[in-house]
Amino acid sequence: MSGWPILSLVTFLPLVGAAFILAIRGEEEVVARNARFVALWTTLITFVLSLFIWFGFERGTAAFQFVERVEWIPGTGINYAMGVDGISMLFVLLSTVLTPLCILASWDAIKTCVKEYMIAFLVLETMMVGMFCALDFVVFYFFYEGVLIPMFLIIGVWGGERRIYSTFKFFLYTLAGSVLLFLALIAMYLEVGTTDIPTMLAYDFPAGMQTWLWLALFASFAVKIPMWPFHTWLPDAHVEAPTAGSVILAGVLLKMGGYGFVRFSLPMLPDASVYFTPFIFVLSIVAVIYTSLVALAQEDMKKLIAYSSVAHMGFVTIGIFTVSQQGLEGAIFLMLSHGVVSAALFLIVGVVYDRMHTRLIERYGGLVERMPAYALAFMIFMLAGVGLPGTSGFVGEFLVLVGVFQVNTWVATLATSGIILGAAYMLYLYRRVIFGALGRVDLKAIQDLNPREILVFAPLIALVFWMGIYPMSFLDVMSASVANLVGGQQAAAGLAGPAPGGDGALSDMLAALWPGR
Amino acid sequence: MISADLAIALPELTLACLGMALLMLGVFRGKDASRLVSGLSIAGLLLVFALVLLGPGFAGGPATAFDGLFVVDGFAGFMKLLVLLASAAAMLMALRYFEHENAMRFEYPVLMLFATLGMLMMVSANDLISLYLGVELQSLALYVVAAIRRDSLRSTEAGLKYFVLGALSSGMLLYGSSLIYGFAGTTGFAGIAQVLADAGAAGEAPSLGLLIGLVFLVAGLAFKVSAVPFHMWTPDVYEGAPTPVTAFFATAPKAAAMALFVRVMMGPFGEFVAQWQQIIVVISIASMVLGAFAAINQTNIKRLMAYSSIGHMGFALIGLAAGTQAGVRGLVFYIAIYLVMNLGTFACILCMRQKDVMVEGIEDLKGLSKTNPMLALAMFIFMFSMAGIPPMAGFMAKLYVFMAAIQAGLYGLAVIGVLASAVGAFYYLRIVKFMYFDEPAEALDRPIGREMTFVVTVTGAAILIFFVVPGPLLESATAAASALVP
Repeated sequence: MSGWPILSLVTFLPLVGAAFILAIRGEEEVVARNARFVALWTTLITFVLSLFIWFGFERGTAAFQFVERVEWIPGTGINYAMGVDGISMLFVLLSTVLTPLCILASWDAIKTCVKEYMIAFLVLETMMVGMFCALDFVVFYFFYEGVLIPMFLIIGVWGGERRIYSTFKFFLYTLAGSVLLFLALIAMYLEVGTTDIPTMLAYDFPAGMQTWLWLALFASFAVKIPMWPFHTWLPDAHVEAPTAGSVILAGVLLKMGGYGFVRFSLPMLPDASVYFTPFIFVLSIVAVIYTSLVALAQEDMKKLIAYSSVAHMGFVTIGIFTVSQQGLEGAIFLMLSHGVVSAALFLIVGVVYDRMHTRLIERYGGLVERMPAYALAFMIFMLAGVGLPGTSGFVGEFLVLVGVFQVNTWVATLATSGIILGAAYMLYLYRRVIFGALGRVDLKAIQDLNPREILVFAPLIALVFWMGIYPMSFLDVMSASVANLVGGQQAAAGLAGPAPGGDGALSDMLAALWPGR
Repeated sequence: MISADLAIALPELTLACLGMALLMLGVFRGKDASRLVSGLSIAGLLLVFALVLLGPGFAGGPATAFDGLFVVDGFAGFMKLLVLLASAAAMLMALRYFEHENAMRFEYPVLMLFATLGMLMMVSANDLISLYLGVELQSLALYVVAAIRRDSLRSTEAGLKYFVLGALSSGMLLYGSSLIYGFAGTTGFAGIAQVLADAGAAGEAPSLGLLIGLVFLVAGLAFKVSAVPFHMWTPDVYEGAPTPVTAFFATAPKAAAMALFVRVMMGPFGEFVAQWQQIIVVISIASMVLGAFAAINQTNIKRLMAYSSIGHMGFALIGLAAGTQAGVRGLVFYIAIYLVMNLGTFACILCMRQKDVMVEGIEDLKGLSKTNPMLALAMFIFMFSMAGIPPMAGFMAKLYVFMAAIQAGLYGLAVIGVLASAVGAFYYLRIVKFMYFDEPAEALDRPIGREMTFVVTVTGAAILIFFVVPGPLLESATAAASALVP
């Protein structure tokens, strides 16, 4: 298994598919159909390959696995390096799971320039997977920025009415943040002499330098994740993006910011991270409460879910900066869960949008009468978004709150109020769309889910329950890496905390609840 | 002794002889010889390319000729190769344009050869006198080339404007040189460096006259690379000159002038870094910022490219501002990638014809992704590369100049630079928007011709897959920089 470069294979296989699609010639209809099938098969094969990473991954160690190193820019210490640990591996799988579903979801919805659309999606998959696999800062930056190009096109070409404004805002906003990360990257490279991530993780950056580097990294990751008040690009981009674009945006792209905090800010700049923790907490609390209130007032379904994403990401940043085993595991778990749930919710909106061509909540109502299967799927994802026990959303939020409670009770209290608000806007949305009288004439003929859509939702529903009922299979993968991170961080910051890996009473409790840990 | 000198200057001599021979050929054969002259010119440039590559100085140490007036070293060799390649490509692109417009004249390739000769002289200048000779030979040829379409009002206006402002800048250059000569007592670069080193060793403050002379020299050179505040001529000349001439202006002369700039600053005035660094920092910031903001509202693509090149010169000057070997390496590397991107972009612009008439509006690109997907894709690659987005080569270029800036402690410059590049991304994206997001208005003519297809394909592929093997070019740039700054 370790003989062949599986990470590079998973990363670059979609590009091969894209090259095939590029070569398709002929009638427009035929080209479109072939492009769809090639894209679907490529992403499915990529997914199957990525399963080898899941099964071949050795649990219980924090080391990077499946490492590949090839000399790239000679004599500079900048190399092509790939590798995953327990944190990044899960995100790789998240990306490879969501992409085939996106292709399926756009099967009928995309009618113009199908060939180009599929190419853009395959390139996007390469960029996403490559970013999570990268074990070299320059390689990471390559993919991190490269994601912008296909996403820019996906929103700009296949988006809604105000797509050009939105895509420019998305691109320039994220680029402005990223260029500062670029400078920080250079400064860190000059300090360490290599951009190899494991080496940089082991390096002690001088305290005076850390503050500036942290701020530069923050500028980029905070825009990407996005944190209040840097979130304004997100609702615009979500509303205008095609359904599958929103799915990837919410499912994977937002996680790049969180991943950045976990991979770079926290372990490489521990002193500055401690210094800025109150700052992060304040911003996150504002995000959780303010954007939840904003979500309550939304008229547009996609916008509502977009704001709920910002609120959930507020939880994630709180969890990350508690720098505790539970908080970090919770944050990562919440990111994964949100990747599945928000992706599914955007797909849910896409289903009715494809039929009615509107996302306004007031145009719907009483859908349960005509679309029972749809109502059921919607309910599952809605409750997962709220964080009902038994669904994936619960585990993450619970762990984050446990983590933050040990650090700061006030933050925990305020964050918990976000959960109540979350239930409020989600249930309110559900009531307005699904329940009530089926008043509108044009809704009377609306069709329930077709087999293709069921095929899209089935794996997501399974994931929501798997993650909610037996989270150990995911927590197991990440716990060693997280313990290593927490231990290293506390050692570097000179804090007297619990010993690395010792997650105390909670772990016992969890072990009792979910045997097999 | 003289034969050794001649051997060192062999590429330049060959080019000079070739230019004169082709002039004769054109005069005697008349108008129908222009295609032949063009073809021979390109072949000649490639021959000179080979001579530079195999000649002395490139592999071995630096060699001077003509009593130190002329120097050949690794830096000069590398920059000459860039200049020659850019000239050859620009000439290739001009062929079809002039035939289309029915304005083919044999003088054009000949003048370009002489301009290129001037550039080679600039790159190898080792004395204020030879510096001036090179600059003037290049400029005089370029003034004429800008106005080569003498029946077009815009072309002649561009030529005249370029001439008047160019003459002014030459005056400044000359004034600065005479001041330097007056206070240093020599025009040779080595001599000036010695004077400065002696003064430094004796603990004396640098002489004021020399400083003022240096400022004038910088002003003259900044004009040649069209850096702010000496950029005023650029948009007008770029817009007015025939498009292949603009393509030429935006590439080879920029590389040569940059090489000269670096040699003067790092060579004779290397001791003076502290004095000139702040000037270069200011020029660099002003160029980047103006290039980013002024291009936003442009509707003519050639004018937009003018502002874009002003911005790019600002980025390249970051490398010079650092004043280190890493900085020079970044600059050389930046210029090399800048040339490729610009040649490709101008090849695309030269393909912008509707019903056999050149069009220059950005709006004319509307819907290009549907009417000519491959051309749109090429333009797409160039635009993202210019914006500095990975994985295109433009990103690597920016990486190395910014690395030099941070290494030299110029944090403010670096931060302003990256923010300017984010602003600048807007207008490159605007072009992409027209090509990909808008419905086609009127399609551009097809086919675009073999020469253009060749240039667009080669440059586009080079930019896109450069990141796979960045080693060779980077190593050459490093070697070139270490030849100049040990």
